[in-house]
Amino acid sequence: MRFLFKTDYEDDIRLFPHSGYIYSYGLLLAVLLVAPYVLSSYLMSQLVFVCIYATVGVGLLILTGFTGQASLGHAAFLAIGAYTAAYLQQFNVPFPVYFLAAGLLTGVVGALVGFPALRLQGIYLVIATISFAFIVEEILARWESVTHGNEGMRVKTIQLFGTTVSRDGPTFYYLCLAVLVLTIVGTLNLLRSPTGRAFVAIRDSETAARSMGINVALYKVKSFAISAAITGFAGVLFAHKLSFISPEMFTLQLSIEFIIVILIGGTFSLHGAVLGAIFLVMIDPFLTYLKDDMPGVISGVAATLGAGTERAGHIQDAVAAFASANGLKGAIYGIIIVVFVLFEPLGLYGRWLKIKLFFQLFPLYKRATFKRQKIYVKSERNR
Amino acid sequence: MLDFVQQLVSGIALGCVYGLIALGFVLVYKATEVVNFAQGDLMMLGGFFAFTFIGMLGLNYWVGFAGAVICMALFGMLAERVVVRPILGYPQFSIIMATIGLGYFLRSVSGMIWGTDDFKIETPFSQGVVRIGSLVLAYDKLSVIAATIILCALLYLFFNRTTLGTAMRASSENMLAAYYMGIPVKRVVSIVWAISAAVATCAGVLLAPITFIHSNVGLVLGLKAFPAAVLGGFGSIPGAVVGGVLIGVIESMAGFYLPQGWKDVAPYIVLLAVLLLKPEGLFGLHVRKKV
Repeated sequence: MRFLFKTDYEDDIRLFPHSGYIYSYGLLLAVLLVAPYVLSSYLMSQLVFVCIYATVGVGLLILTGFTGQASLGHAAFLAIGAYTAAYLQQFNVPFPVYFLAAGLLTGVVGALVGFPALRLQGIYLVIATISFAFIVEEILARWESVTHGNEGMRVKTIQLFGTTVSRDGPTFYYLCLAVLVLTIVGTLNLLRSPTGRAFVAIRDSETAARSMGINVALYKVKSFAISAAITGFAGVLFAHKLSFISPEMFTLQLSIEFIIVILIGGTFSLHGAVLGAIFLVMIDPFLTYLKDDMPGVISGVAATLGAGTERAGHIQDAVAAFASANGLKGAIYGIIIVVFVLFEPLGLYGRWLKIKLFFQLFPLYKRATFKRQKIYVKSERNR
Repeated sequence: MLDFVQQLVSGIALGCVYGLIALGFVLVYKATEVVNFAQGDLMMLGGFFAFTFIGMLGLNYWVGFAGAVICMALFGMLAERVVVRPILGYPQFSIIMATIGLGYFLRSVSGMIWGTDDFKIETPFSQGVVRIGSLVLAYDKLSVIAATIILCALLYLFFNRTTLGTAMRASSENMLAAYYMGIPVKRVVSIVWAISAAVATCAGVLLAPITFIHSNVGLVLGLKAFPAAVLGGFGSIPGAVVGGVLIGVIESMAGFYLPQGWKDVAPYIVLLAVLLLKPEGLFGLHVRKKV
């Protein structure tokens, strides 16, 4: 076990507490940089989605994980970013300009949502953000002079420094990766600054934060704006990756997927956003695998176990029918959410920390270390 | 003027369905402070049960209706036992997510079982109209309104006049104190979920002649029931129904008098306005902030 001896505050807030971090993250970065030359184009495309979802996840973590303000409306922020990019692109605005403009505009909208949200808490905030997302979706469908309504908009490829960045090429992947890494580093810096500590204070107790002299309203609005802006940046990349956007892509379903990302990953650390994004995006390849290979595999196993050829064939058909059933993805989402909330509330990153601590403390690990406290007395109604 | 009354009645009928779903939210919220995002999906499932009993097995309407209500009450208890009870006492957001997951699951599984087609249940109210002068009112809409009034009255009496209802209100105030007073809090919560699922089933069956039952109906209507519950003040039984009716009427009027597109957003605009101007709703209690 490694002991870190901290002598001052600067030691405590270091981005890399010890050299092991530099080596392991450096290795990870190297692996990610060579990935395009190793992986198939389908997996590359999934990896791009991982980057985009993880960026949104980081944005959502700032708001939900660190400031404690739940939002089920982040699909709307993504939509605003995506549509800003698509709209400005028509006037030959260069990529860096509309990329920043999309983030800025989404941030302003986020702040505008943040002001009314100041009065709301808990369930009311969730419902209000859902309503906001619905209204944005409807506006996108109706404001035809700008958004082309339900016909949707084509998004051209990125022109960057005179070259064309194809949405399937490695350069686009590097761009998404760069945005993700910059977002994560920026957020880490934000979280160790006074602003970030104010966010966490508000999450833990609004009353205590206020009595310590934190301007709760100001920081909540800031949190909304930053979170929305990051989501807006991700929206630009999202639009380019899909090359076509229409209002029905940005539904409540997508907002829920973003929440699933941070819920699965863990809401207390930025690692959670990345792990959750990997998990969520990889459900699709997993389902394809289930559809294409699983029936053959299972019937093969059944055949070797002594079932006749005909029986094996039946089994193959049954498994294939189950795997290609219409709502399988939804059912899997549902089960995953419930299982994580019930059994792994700290998410994948929490599981990793538990495993790590288990080996560090080896025979002394106790399950109760990570136990959450239940509160039956406090009513949210008279908060 | 005639158009107006016609729209008003169909708005009230639709609003009663919203009100019944909102009633389910409110019951569970009152008792456990859990907001059940799967309420609409419970309604959908209830509709499908009723369809199975009436449409597929050919049972009498009333028998099928009762069967669906009983099945769904048991299902509500099961859902509470499996999904909600283990996380009771944890932050509200966890519970919201768990019920969203439950909703996802129910939607997909019922899509797998019953398919994604639209279903219609034959009811005694399907045909037939009442004519008052030149005003034509369909039986199916009137039946929804009548059933809502009856259900609402029953629930009101149940909560305010019976011991079990009082126990439910007590455990909603403070679970721990209620437990110390000898109230079997777990069983109370279980019963509340059963009642709420039964109310949802009533909404689903009554809705069947008006809108078709399909696996996504719960999501669409469930989300419209939020504005209803908030407008009435989360936690007030009459409020839920009044809120539902108001939202139904607003939606219906917006569809008739305003340009296309307003119909779908009007309930949410009302919702945001209520949250900003009067967050405690029309019937909600104003509570002082405690530290």
